[in-house]
Amino acid sequence: MRIKEHPILDRSENRKSISFSFEGKEYEGLEGDTIASALSANGIRVLRDHGGRKRGFFCAIGNCSSCLMEVNGRTNVRVCTELLRDNMDIRRQDDKGSIFGGVER
Amino acid sequence: MNFTEVAVIGGGPAGLSAARSAAEAGANVTIFDRNSRLGGQLIKQTHRFFGSEKEYAGERGIRIAGILEEGVTAERITIKRNTTVLGIYEDGVITFSENGRYDKITAEKVIIATGASEKQILFENNDLPGVYGAGAVQTLMNLYGVLPGSRVLMVGAGNIGLIVSYQLLQAGVHVEAVIEASYKIGGYLVHASKLRRYGVPILTRTSIKAAVGEEEVEGAIISNVDKDFNFIEGTERQLDVDTILLATGLSPLNELIVNVGCKQRYIPELGGMTALRDESLETTVPGVYVAGDVASIEEASSAILEGIIAGTSAAIEMGFISEKAHRDREEAILRLNALRAGETGRKIREGMKKALTEREKSNVV
Repeated sequence: MRIKEHPILDRSENRKSISFSFEGKEYEGLEGDTIASALSANGIRVLRDHGGRKRGFFCAIGNCSSCLMEVNGRTNVRVCTELLRDNMDIRRQDDKGSIFGGVER
Repeated sequence: MNFTEVAVIGGGPAGLSAARSAAEAGANVTIFDRNSRLGGQLIKQTHRFFGSEKEYAGERGIRIAGILEEGVTAERITIKRNTTVLGIYEDGVITFSENGRYDKITAEKVIIATGASEKQILFENNDLPGVYGAGAVQTLMNLYGVLPGSRVLMVGAGNIGLIVSYQLLQAGVHVEAVIEASYKIGGYLVHASKLRRYGVPILTRTSIKAAVGEEEVEGAIISNVDKDFNFIEGTERQLDVDTILLATGLSPLNELIVNVGCKQRYIPELGGMTALRDESLETTVPGVYVAGDVASIEEASSAILEGIIAGTSAAIEMGFISEKAHRDREEAILRLNALRAGETGRKIREGMKKALTEREKSNVV
């Protein structure tokens, strides 16, 4: 969900739409989004699995490493600070992730 | 190897003020910040600040970030954005990753102004997605325009809890309640009154017992607590919320302090483990200074003043002769003492006594 109207911040700006894939499905985010904010805007809060426990982001500023995901085959990407880019392939990370980028699914 | 006279690590209110002060005195300064935007956490703060005009009271945080950024445009200042400092070694070498590229630099003086991180607290299912730091959601909403959920429980009625609750209301989110384990609201009453006007209950002597949900937050169980913060049996009730926000304090982001070997002490009044320092904010490692939340958890205004003290002190210590630097330093010390005066500053003053190095303490009559 996105903020539509805000008394202080100008939310009327036209941000370019960015398409990306999450777990193989297509989604849309906006220019300026981090991966975490784009996922959150699409209602996705479970970002990884840690020893059988689901995890989301916690700090949103790159401190805590709760939000590590696999992005374009790279593991341990802190998605709360990593900017969303066109056609990113974003996947939930299972524990520490696969050293080969989790391509076998 | 690359060399800078003063390395400032962190481009928030403390770091930017330190960089400006050191550069004005004549030093060449390099600012390292891991983000693309300078200003630290001010860039998400849409509320107006209190305090004195000199620390920009009456301005919104987002605007203060802009003012501080305008202060570091001097040619003597190099700004490295998207740059994470990785370590500071015993021989003074600072390693960093700049846009993903590894590099090294040495510096005559290092000012650590890395800020703080939000505290997690213990309760069942506290790791469920949907349990977020209150500041995290401020970032999500005010920087990216995204909502965290639709029904929120805020844990903690200090200023951050109260302010972020109000910002949630401004963004159209329902705040079910603000709970506070203490017997009184910790934040300013002006913030609490705004919430009351919206009909948001602020429940004191109440804490969270569990987050409810399988894969993500679907509810919260809260309970009354006694004066020793033990749950009172039979007072549990479940709230229908999808988001739980923790505004339960901050701890200094002290990895680099540990890494460089500064002597530390656990000082709860200042937020936890923090470096011992003298009045110039120099740590037990000569030439290494701390400023802002990494030194003690306070407000942006005190971070700005600490930045000025560290920046001027470093430059003066290096031998730059500047009347202005001496004047700015003295004035910042006076203003900081004024900020910490009175009842609200008592805790910080107690903490500061424990944080002063032995050298400094021996000068205190």
